[in-house]
Parts: sequence; C-alpha cells; structure tokens
Amino acid sequence: MRDVAVIGVGLTKFGELWDQSFRQLIAEAGSKAILDAKIEGKDIDALYVGSMSSGRFVDQEHVGALVAEVSGFSQLHIPATRVEGACASGGLAVREGYLSIASGINDIVVVGGIEKMNDVGGTAATEILATASDQEWEAFFGATFPGIYAMIATRHMHEYGTTKEQLAQVAVKNHANGVFNPYAQYQSPISLESVLRATTVAWPLGLMDCSPVSDGAASLVLCAAEKAKKYTEKPIKIIGSGQASDTLALHGRRDICTLDATVYAAKKAYKQANLTPKDIDFAEVHDCFTIAEICAIEDLGFVEKGKGGKAIDNKITTLDGSLPVNTSGGLKAKGHPVGATGVAQIVELTTQLRGEAGKRQVKDAKIGLAHNVGGSGATCVIHIMEAM
Amino acid sequence: MKEGVARFWREIPQRYNFIGNKCGTCDTVFFPPRESCPYCRRKSIGKMKETKLAGKGEVVTYTIIHVGPEDFEEQTPYPIAIIKLEEGPQITAQIVDCPLDEVKIGMKVESTFRKIQQDGHTGAIYYGYKFKKQRQ
Repeated sequence: MRDVAVIGVGLTKFGELWDQSFRQLIAEAGSKAILDAKIEGKDIDALYVGSMSSGRFVDQEHVGALVAEVSGFSQLHIPATRVEGACASGGLAVREGYLSIASGINDIVVVGGIEKMNDVGGTAATEILATASDQEWEAFFGATFPGIYAMIATRHMHEYGTTKEQLAQVAVKNHANGVFNPYAQYQSPISLESVLRATTVAWPLGLMDCSPVSDGAASLVLCAAEKAKKYTEKPIKIIGSGQASDTLALHGRRDICTLDATVYAAKKAYKQANLTPKDIDFAEVHDCFTIAEICAIEDLGFVEKGKGGKAIDNKITTLDGSLPVNTSGGLKAKGHPVGATGVAQIVELTTQLRGEAGKRQVKDAKIGLAHNVGGSGATCVIHIMEAM
Repeated sequence: MKEGVARFWREIPQRYNFIGNKCGTCDTVFFPPRESCPYCRRKSIGKMKETKLAGKGEVVTYTIIHVGPEDFEEQTPYPIAIIKLEEGPQITAQIVDCPLDEVKIGMKVESTFRKIQQDGHTGAIYYGYKFKKQRQ
C-alpha cells in the first residue's frame, strides 16, 4: 500500500446560498482545490463525489459524471463516481479516493463533497435527512432525526448525569470557533442562555443543539505521497483511515450511548497510524447535534465513556484547551451541507496542519483526526493526518 | 409518507400482530424478523422460526417530539421511546395515553393497536403499535 497526501483544498462559503446552484458550488470548490494543488485536468486520474441525497434535494442523481462535466472535464472523460453513506458521504468519498491511490491504481484524485439543501425548504430537508434513519422501523412511527439523537441524550443524562447545560456548552464553543472561520455559516458567538432558551425541537434538544440546514461544497486533491512534493511544499499525509458500520436503527445497537461504528472505525485508524487517542493534537468530530460531540469524544477514546459532559465543563476541547475539537466551528456553526461535511473536515485538518488557520490556529498542531458519521451512527469514517 | 400500499401491507404481520422470529441455534429473538441471526450467521440459515411477541416491555430512553414530520404535525408534542421488549428485542414507538411528564426511563409499557398515519385526507390509513403504561 502506498502513502497518500492532500496537496490541495477548496471550500465554498457554507450557508443559505440562494443565488448559487448545485453545479456552481461544486465547480467552485473543485477549481479552488485544483488551483491550490497546481495540477491540471490531464493530471487527474479519477473523481469521487460525496452527496447524500442530490436526488431529493435538487432532483438530480448521477452526479459523479455531472461534477466532471461542470468542472470542465467532459473532454477528458475522467472516471467519476458518486459515493453515498448519508451524512458520511463526504468522508466515504475521501476514503474511496485514498484507497484508489494507496492501491496503486491512481496517482492523483480529486474528491468533492456537496449538498444543496435549502432549495426544498426546512420541513422537506428534515424529512430527507430522516431517510438516513430506519424508515420502516423508526421514521414510520413518528421518530424524527433530531428525536433519535435526543433519545441518545436522554439516556446519556440518565446514565452519566450529563446536563442540558453541558450540551449547550458544545454549541457555545463551536460558535466561538466559527467566529474565526470565514467560510462558516454562522460567524457570531452565542450565549449559553440563548441555547438553553431556544425553542424545543425534540426534548431534551432545542433548536440551538442542532446543526443547520446548509448549502455548500468542499474539495481536495489527493496524491501519492512519493509525488506530492512535486506539487506543494506542505503535503499533509493521511496516516490512518478507518470505516465501520452498525444497524440503521438506534434501537438495534448494543448500547444507546455508544456509537460502535465510531469505536470500530477509530480502532482501525489508530492501528494503521500506530497511534493512541493521546497522540491526537486536535479533532474535527461529527457534531450534527450537541450530544453527538459528547459521544464522539468518548467513543474516539479522548475521554472515558460518560465523562464527555465533564470534559466540556473542564474546557478540554476549546481552542486553547489540551484537545481542541471542531476548530472550524464544527457542523453546528460552520454548517452541515451533509455530503460536503466529511470533505470539509479534511480541509480543516489540512489547513491546521499547514499552519494556515489564522486566528483559530491550534498551537503546535502535528496530528489531527476527522470523524464523520452517517445517520445516527450506522456509518462512521475516520481519518488521521500528519504534516510530511 | 406517500408510497405504494404494498410496501405497508407486506409488513402487516409485524405491525399488527408482533410476529418476530427466533434463531434456532442461540434462541435470540428478533423483531422485526431477520433473514439470519447476526450472532450465528451461517449456522442460523434455515433455522429462523416465527414467534409471536407479547408486546410488553420497558422504556429504555425517550424524547418528546415538538417539531414533527408533516404527517405527525397535529400530534405534537408527542413522546417517542425505545422500548426493550420482554423477549429481548428493542423497538421504537410512540407512547400514548400518558401525560408527557409521566414518561420515564424504566416505565413498564404494553402495546396498543392504533392508527399511525395517513396519506393525506383520502389516502390509505396505516395502523400499527403504540405503547401505553402497563396496567398494574
């Protein structure tokens, strides 16, 4: 297996982008990544695109080839594949690109992730997101997607004494980080009171415990590590990649408060990187809801199971804490265009490891981890990265 | 949920009558029924036997849905719970006939046959199980 590095990154602004189409967004992110990597169309061996539900959000399937076309590659006939794993679609696209280079088949691959969610309106967007849950045995009975995460929160509060204030602090922290991210959907701080006072969506979760409905795209150029220095001074190597699955329905799992897909994917990624959780300097985790970040830092092994809420109290995960989490603002403040999220996490890791994160730069950032979840934990993909 | 009626109709045995199945190798009970046992895998093939569940269990966790899907909007706020059935499987269902502040983890519940949702005002009506407090 060959080593693989990121040599270029590109992002669009995340948010309610009424004046931009699906096609414009992915073309913008892709061309930024290609220019950043200083490659040309003819250098690209393959394209992988993560999108959860382009079919329902913009009535367009077959977006692998479409992305190649709108990126200006129709005359190059580059192989282009769309990858789907609900909200982990982007992370899976990164992993498919990674595997295709590691295997020796490809040398340079462009990975994209996109979702254009606002065109359908909020109610429809929520129902489309719910297709990531078990439609026949959860959604049919009236369980919403926030409702499923709310049930994780209720059980976490019951078993470990986690509080609504601790959940709210996750949102406060991620908004504080989003202030320093020019691509974030929300770039203003929020108060603990405003999170606690927000209208209830699915008790115990309020509106400000939830990531927003977002439009946006992200892109990367991956390259065989041995050739990466030809293109950039600062290639960032992927030193671990792990993926795992679990039941679609939360009720089918071994433990309501543990995402075993995260546990197993992390085990694989740590083993490949020959690292332990203690070696990670900072992480981007899948905070689709505030409770999800608390479970993530536990399941990734950063803190013991049940101590996630305490870790928030102790400010371990703030920008100047011992393990900064979601320096980009996370899904909560940066926004969560679902297919783009897993790719955007790798963009943030690369930006931090290049030392180009500006006011949100983590001091002495050497090793970063990205954690991307599909549904309520049926899919998880994790990448660990290091500067070369 | 605008969908073909057959998609609902073929799940009537489970949703109306709690028909699950049991692995002939390790005796684990599944609901909804599975093609094979995830613990015994190939050893369970051809040995999965239908079994009727009592529809009784205990609340493992719950939420109160305030913002519901279109088909459930008229019912909000309503509780949704994960229930561990006496035979072992866990399922997701609505809790009914119970004040919201009385829904608790550990509460003993039993199933009741109810209307779940409807395709608009003239479409098919979908029935299934909800749960209420067990009578002492």
